[in-house]
Amino acid sequence: MSSIPYIPAEFDPPARATYLNAGHTIRSWLLTKDHKRIGILYMVTITLMFMVAAVAAAMIRINLLSPAGLLREPTIYNRAFTLHGIVMVWWFLVPSIPTTLGNFLIPMMIGARDLAFPRLNLASWYLFTISAVMILAVLIFGGVDTGWTFYTPYSSLFANTHVTLTVAAIFVNGFSSIFTGLNFIVTIHKMRAPGLTWFRLPLFCWAMYATSVIFVLATPVLAITLVLLAVERILRIGIFDPALGGDPILFQHLFWFYSHPVVYIQILPTFGVASEIITNMARKRPFGYKAIAFSSLAIMLIGFLVWGHHMFDAGISPYSGLVFSILSFAVAIPTAVKIFSWTFTLYKGSVALETPMLYMVGFMGLFTIGGLTGVMLATLGLDVHMHDTYFVVAHFHYVMVGGAVMGYLGGVHYWWPKITGKMYSEFWGKIAAGIGFIGFNLTFFPQYIMGYLGMPRRYFAYPPEFQVYHVLSTAGASILAIGYFMPLVYLLYSLKYGRDAGPNPWRSMSLEWQTPSPPPTENFEKTPVISQPPYAYDLQSPMGAPAPVVST
Amino acid sequence: MSEHLVTETSPHPVEHQFEDRYQQKEASTLGMWTFLATEVLFFGALFVSYTLYRHQYPDAFRQGSLELKWYLGGINTAVLLLSSFCMAMAVHAASVGSNSGIIRYLILTIAVAAIFLGIKATEYYIEYREQLVPALNFSLAPPPEQQLGALTASFGRFDRWLATRLHAEPLPDGPRSPNEKLFMLFYFVMTAIHATHMIIGIAIMLVLIWMARRGKFSREYHNPVECFGLYWHFVDIVWVFLFPALYLLRNP
Amino acid sequence: MSNAFRIFPEQASRNAWNVDALFLFEFLVSCFFVFLIAGLVLYFSLKYRRRSDDDVPAYTPTSTLLELTYIFIPASLMVIMFFWGGWIYIRNKRPPANAMQINVVGKQWMWKLQHPEGPREINTLHVPVGRPIKLVLTSQDVIHDFGIPDFRIKQDVIPGIYVTEWFEATRTGEFHLFCNQYCGDLHSRMIGSVIVMQPAAYQSWLEGRTADEPAAVSGSRLFQSYGCATCHGQRAPSLAGLYMSLVKLNDGTTTIADEQYLRESIVAPANKLVAGFGPIMPTYQGQLSEEQIFDLIEYIKSLGAAMDNTIPGASAAGPQTRPSTQPVNGYHPDLLLNQPPAREPPGSNQSPLQQDRRP
Repeated sequence: MSSIPYIPAEFDPPARATYLNAGHTIRSWLLTKDHKRIGILYMVTITLMFMVAAVAAAMIRINLLSPAGLLREPTIYNRAFTLHGIVMVWWFLVPSIPTTLGNFLIPMMIGARDLAFPRLNLASWYLFTISAVMILAVLIFGGVDTGWTFYTPYSSLFANTHVTLTVAAIFVNGFSSIFTGLNFIVTIHKMRAPGLTWFRLPLFCWAMYATSVIFVLATPVLAITLVLLAVERILRIGIFDPALGGDPILFQHLFWFYSHPVVYIQILPTFGVASEIITNMARKRPFGYKAIAFSSLAIMLIGFLVWGHHMFDAGISPYSGLVFSILSFAVAIPTAVKIFSWTFTLYKGSVALETPMLYMVGFMGLFTIGGLTGVMLATLGLDVHMHDTYFVVAHFHYVMVGGAVMGYLGGVHYWWPKITGKMYSEFWGKIAAGIGFIGFNLTFFPQYIMGYLGMPRRYFAYPPEFQVYHVLSTAGASILAIGYFMPLVYLLYSLKYGRDAGPNPWRSMSLEWQTPSPPPTENFEKTPVISQPPYAYDLQSPMGAPAPVVST
Repeated sequence: MSEHLVTETSPHPVEHQFEDRYQQKEASTLGMWTFLATEVLFFGALFVSYTLYRHQYPDAFRQGSLELKWYLGGINTAVLLLSSFCMAMAVHAASVGSNSGIIRYLILTIAVAAIFLGIKATEYYIEYREQLVPALNFSLAPPPEQQLGALTASFGRFDRWLATRLHAEPLPDGPRSPNEKLFMLFYFVMTAIHATHMIIGIAIMLVLIWMARRGKFSREYHNPVECFGLYWHFVDIVWVFLFPALYLLRNP
Repeated sequence: MSNAFRIFPEQASRNAWNVDALFLFEFLVSCFFVFLIAGLVLYFSLKYRRRSDDDVPAYTPTSTLLELTYIFIPASLMVIMFFWGGWIYIRNKRPPANAMQINVVGKQWMWKLQHPEGPREINTLHVPVGRPIKLVLTSQDVIHDFGIPDFRIKQDVIPGIYVTEWFEATRTGEFHLFCNQYCGDLHSRMIGSVIVMQPAAYQSWLEGRTADEPAAVSGSRLFQSYGCATCHGQRAPSLAGLYMSLVKLNDGTTTIADEQYLRESIVAPANKLVAGFGPIMPTYQGQLSEEQIFDLIEYIKSLGAAMDNTIPGASAAGPQTRPSTQPVNGYHPDLLLNQPPAREPPGSNQSPLQQDRRP
């Protein structure tokens, strides 16, 4: 009676060839060209890097319990927040969804056997891993203390920490990003299954496409900027140092030309994940498919034009300040379109509050707060007061942790049955999502308040009146840590003890669920042919029951 | 190469993820264009920085331009265009499935590229002797002629002779402006990155020659040569922008 | 600057009221949208919760009207925010003409502040209440940021560039002064306080600080010891009446001789040569600290300003300030388009520089 494809788990033949049992040696993993295995390699790597950055975050929060700084040495604190920022941005947030879920899902969602360039994909992972080893070497040699923004001339001529090796690591990391983005662009353009037109693409693919364009066009600017920074540092020639004829503001322009779009690299994939989970959990077509798809492209395009809003206080001309301000407001419009579209997708749906959906509900709330405080920061008159305070820190974490990390966790839960073939514990999943939500708000909401009070960023010690907010924040961070640690435990537990998920536990219409879990190496037995719009839960399939996919 | 579905009847491998060789060809071509988009932004950021500083220090940058041997850069432009022509011939040979033609024209391309790099190295040497290399020996006072060595000194004399014959502005005597160092830095960074691209290109051509010797290419399958052609022409175009920006913008 | 628990910063300047009003407006708008979204999401999630695993909701067509509504309403609210915020920003960029100027040098890791009357302070700034204060800021080394949260002002302080910010304190007391741009190990120690006093109290504080000589006097001493007077007025342009005058450069353009121009002409004289003069002046980059450059500029300002009739009086130790309307040695009359009116009796057309060189 139902058009929702549903194949009970026990129908799955037990001894099936999957991508997981295609080889059991370490060599079979390290030399794999299978996009699904590479996705898992990335998942392991970024999880390890997340832990490194989380330890740095813990050091920051512990230090700030006391106004005098518990770490005693500001140099240690400065290295901790720098490492936290650098590793979180380049070794976790940027690669998080694209390299794991993107790698795993894009070919499956478009009915392809693999990405267009599997060898390049593996090479990307190796570059990424090499860069990760380089940044860990920086950590072992004594760290770096410039902040993740590397503002000149401090980074180029004053800091006596390992700046050059750090920027070299980011340079290598950048090439890994570029190759991933290139691979995705070509795959989405050229590898779609028959019948899968652009407007039948899952919204996740639209989001990944926009992300990939930023990867390809913004990352090289960062690369050349870091080359110039390294040249100035090694050769002591003024490119950015005013004492030698250079211009320190030029560095900021070049840096933010990459580093503002990069926050859209971090958040656009989460938008894609949200579109998939919300439509599935409400069993509805999205409210405004084209609006959501085009808003991803609009965010990508306008995102390239707003970098100057990081520099309202940096002595740029008031008129360019006005231009960057209005463009920054403009980028809020497509974002608002997305939020409202997801909200109205739930209207008259059939909403199941499973764990991935809980993460998405949390994401919508937190991202709305993060986005609206971003609007405040885009307001010229307010930014002057809030710039470089904890208000910015709180805003950034609301969009990045409340947005991107929530999206990553929600996505991992949602596709876990597809990736591993196992179901995790719904009970513990919901508890962890709740704990994470509470811990997150307790950590970062007080930072808004102390930010407006004037607490500056990157302070090792601070006036005592801010202490109460820092203590609240540290308490929240401890809860948040539990919320992040729990999924690691029960997800790994489910690998061995979880029940079999079956090919389509969420009864989704999307292509990636129309093949067994875990999928075979070739993803689909036969190349699927698509004859329906996406998310057409309401359409009675012409074949009667399960498949929106007609195999040839 | 292990995943090529090579059958007895088809010598043209199609990688397993593609449906057919048309899809494979389109994918690799789009991939190369996307990569070139990355490269445009990579060099673009350099050009923007260079332009900003040129705007900020017009006199020093003009003087910097006057230090360069524009005729050597001009010869190099012609040399590089010739190598692009050889590359186009190699791509043509590939499209008619001639492995021997590919080998012949790629070797020619490499030879011409080597001439370019040789002239570039000579320029670097002259600039080294003239104490123009930032961080190595840049000095505000140009070294006296007897310290230059025969080659550099004769180029200096030729410079002055050419300037009088062409009624062009000669290199002013006296000390250099401090910000000329910034110009020379951009000159060395930009041309060195360009030369690096050429050296990488030569390495790839050697691989392509090796593949062609094993008869890998045919009328149906030659995307590697074609995509590499795109890359080589791009490197050429970068020089076509570098040459006027660095050598020729010398009038107030 | 009490240590009591607060959720909102003090409003201690005129600007604070403006910023807070806009903030409260945006805060209320944000609250409305957060509660709207959260309310709708929770309401829909509960009202339309899945009751059976076989539920298949019917198709709901997309409403273009609704889409336009949630594009148009936020957009128009943001237009208001843009103009309101832009107005505050532009207003903050323009100090009033009667503002009292204080020069600020940031260096790792302290603020050096200098009053026109002479007092030099480190990490503490005394100012009178109710008077606009204009700060001219630069950095000796890396980028710093001069922010006073209770005044809602903040400005990156950049080496090699003079930037300005201004405020008018509206209540007395002690307020935090923070460096907001990460500047190295002791960034968090680069803090201080602004002490706002009643004008009378400020006056008596000033009078208690006679040990510091005015900047113009220190500047004139530097002018002597670096031998600047050997050329200026002869082979190099005279500096009398130069400040804020329109200078013709040898590439045909003109520029206003403001602080930024004067600074550049000291550290990189070849960049902007005055018409008719060759590049004979060496650079003083690295030889003078930023404070000394400020002193020199104050000295040049004390020689008369083109558009300003008030000259801070130099002390007896300093040179006589006698700006001249007459062309002085080496200075073509047409170079000084905005000559200041003579303050000395006519006939005294001797430049102070010549006076200085008298044995």
